[in-house]
Amino acid sequence: MAGSIPIQLKTDKEAAYAKKRAVKGSKLVPIVLTTIALLFFILMLIIPLISVFVKAFEQGANLYFASITDPIALKAIKLTLITIAITVPINTVFGLAAAWAIAKFKFKGKNLLITFIDLPFSISPVVAGLIFVLLFSTSHGLFAPLLNALGIKIIFAPPGIIIATIFVTLPFVARELIPLMEAQGTAEEEAALTLGASGWKTFWHITLPNIKWALLYGIMLTTARAAGEFGAVSVVSGHIRGLTNTVPLHVEILYNEYKFSAAFAVASLLTLIALVNLIVKNVAYSKMNRIHKAGEKKNVPEA
Amino acid sequence: MVKNKIRKNILRISLTGLLIAANLVSFAGCSKEASNNQGSSKKTEPITILNVSYDPTRELYQDYNEAFQKYWKEKTGQDVTVQQSHGGSGSQARTVIDGNEADVVTLALAYDIDSINKNKEILSKDWQKRLPHNSTPYTSTIVFLVRKGNPKNIKDWDDLAKPGVEVITPNPKTSGGARWNYLAAWGYALRKYSNDPEKAREFVKAIFANVPVLDSGARGSTTTFVERGLGDVLIAWENEALLSLNELDKDKFEIVVPSISILAEPPVAVVDSVVDKKGTREVAEAYLEYLYSDEGQEISAKNYYRPRSEEIKKKYASQFPEVELFTIDEVFGGWDKAQKEHFDDGGVFDQIYEKK
Repeated sequence: MAGSIPIQLKTDKEAAYAKKRAVKGSKLVPIVLTTIALLFFILMLIIPLISVFVKAFEQGANLYFASITDPIALKAIKLTLITIAITVPINTVFGLAAAWAIAKFKFKGKNLLITFIDLPFSISPVVAGLIFVLLFSTSHGLFAPLLNALGIKIIFAPPGIIIATIFVTLPFVARELIPLMEAQGTAEEEAALTLGASGWKTFWHITLPNIKWALLYGIMLTTARAAGEFGAVSVVSGHIRGLTNTVPLHVEILYNEYKFSAAFAVASLLTLIALVNLIVKNVAYSKMNRIHKAGEKKNVPEA
Repeated sequence: MVKNKIRKNILRISLTGLLIAANLVSFAGCSKEASNNQGSSKKTEPITILNVSYDPTRELYQDYNEAFQKYWKEKTGQDVTVQQSHGGSGSQARTVIDGNEADVVTLALAYDIDSINKNKEILSKDWQKRLPHNSTPYTSTIVFLVRKGNPKNIKDWDDLAKPGVEVITPNPKTSGGARWNYLAAWGYALRKYSNDPEKAREFVKAIFANVPVLDSGARGSTTTFVERGLGDVLIAWENEALLSLNELDKDKFEIVVPSISILAEPPVAVVDSVVDKKGTREVAEAYLEYLYSDEGQEISAKNYYRPRSEEIKKKYASQFPEVELFTIDEVFGGWDKAQKEHFDDGGVFDQIYEKK
C-alpha cells in the first residue's frame, strides 16, 4: 500500500501516462507470447507436416499412388491394420477393467497395479522390444522349449509385432479413464443396482455413457500409437518384407533405398491417420469437458 | 451385495479379455500352420524361403529373386517366394541368433556368419567350403566417392590422412562395410611402410582423426555424405558408390579408385538347422548355387558387384576398373584374427579412435 501513495500524489498527466503505459504493456505481453507460440507452432508442426506432403507429391500423383499401392506397401498397411484391429479392442477391454477396478474398489496392491499400468510409458520402446526377444526367442528365450515344441513363432512373425504393440499401448485407455471414474464415484451404479438393474445393464446404461468420451479419447490415443509405433516393433520384426514390415518400418526401408518420394508418400498415410485421429480426439475432448462442467454444475446444489 | 454384483461384472469383463487373448493365440497358431504347409514341400506346392541379407544388397536381390523364381519354376514346376530382410550385417546376424528363421544368409563378411554359431551350432562350421570361391559368388572392393571436380584432389589413401580433409566412414564396431574400409586403409599402409605395424597404425589413426561423424551403417554414411552434404570423401563399397552415383545425382559426385584396395568378399550360406526343420534345403541350396550361374553373375554385375565369372567380368570391364586387390587372409590372417586384433573391445580401433 505504501508504494501506491506517491502515485496518487502525481499530477493527472503523469497518472494518465502511467495508466497508458500499463495498458500498453499488458497488450504487448499477450501479443508477444501469442507470436512466439504461433511461430513455434508453424516452425515445429505446420512446416514439417506440409513438407511431408510436398515431398510425397514431388514426383507427381502417379508415383504417389504407385508407392501406396505397391504390393509390399499394401502388405505393410494390412499388417498395421491387423495390429490396430487386435491391439485396440484388447487394450480397451483391459483399460476398462483396470480403470473400473482401480477407481471403484479398494483392494490391496492397488498402487502397485497403477504403477504397473504406467510401466510401458516409462520403458524405452527398444527395451520393450528386447524384453520380448528374451522371452520368445526360439534359440535362447525363456519360452523357447515350449515354442519349439508347439512349433509357434512369436518374434520375427506378426504375433510378436502385435504383442509388442499391445505392450507399448497398454496404459492409454486406463490412464484416461481412471481420473474420470474416480471423480464420478460409485453412487450412480449403486443406485441402479439397488433398483434391481443387472450388472450388465448397469454397465451399459450407467457406467459406459458416463465415460464414453474419455473412453473414445483413450481409444484414439491407442490407435495412433499402434499405427505409429517404431522402436519396439523394429526390434521384434526381423524386417522381412511383405511379412513383418509395418507402415513405419516400410517408410524407413524406402528412405534407405533412396526412394525418398515413395517414403514420404507412405509416410503421408500415417500423417493422414494422425490428422483424422486428432480431429476425433478433439471432438471427444470437448464433449468430455462439457459433460464434466455440466456435471459440476449439477452437483453444486446437492453439495 | 452391490459390490458383489459389480465384482461379478469385473469377472465377466476379464473373461471377455481372456477370450480375445485366446483369439490372439489361435492367430499365432495360424501362422504355425502356414509354416508347416511350407515345410512339407511337395514339388507342386508353393514354397517360401527367407534370405536375411545386409544393407546394400537390396537392389541386387530384388532382381535376382525374380530371376531365380523363373528358373526354379521352369526346372521343377514349383512356385518359390523369396522373402527379403535387410539391415546392418552385424545386427542381421543377431536376429538369426535370436531365432529369425533365415533359410539363407547373405551377409557382408564371413565373421558375421561365423558369429551366428557363437552360442549354438545353427549352421555347419565348414559352411565357407561348401560353395566355390570361399562361398562368395560376387565380390566388391573399397573406393572413394568425392564431390564433382574432386576439389580436395583426392587420388589415393595418402590424401585421406592429410589434415583438412573430412572423411566419412561408418563405425567399424557396428558396420561390416566400415571394417572393410578400415582394413583396406591398413593394408595400404602396411604396403607403403614395408610392413611396419607401428607406422600403419599412425597412418590409420590420422585418417580416423579426419572423421567428423561415425554412422552405424554403410547406408547411414552414404546419406550423411550425399544428402546432408558433410565431408570431402566417402569411403564406401564400390557397389554402394556406383549405386549412389547412378540412383542419385551423376553430376554431383565422382568415384576415385585408389592404387591398392581390399578384395571384399560378402559370403553366402545355407542355415542348416532352419532348412532341415522347414524342409527347404533343396531350394535354398539351389538358390545360392544359381548365384554362380551366368544369369546370376550378370545380375550381380548389373547391380555393381564384381562377378566371379571372368567372361561376365570382361563384359562389364568399363564399370570395374583394374585395381590391385589383396585379401584379408593374405594380410590379416583371416577374419577371426582381424576381428580380435582390431575391432574387439580394447582392440586397435578403440585405442586409436579414443586417443584422437
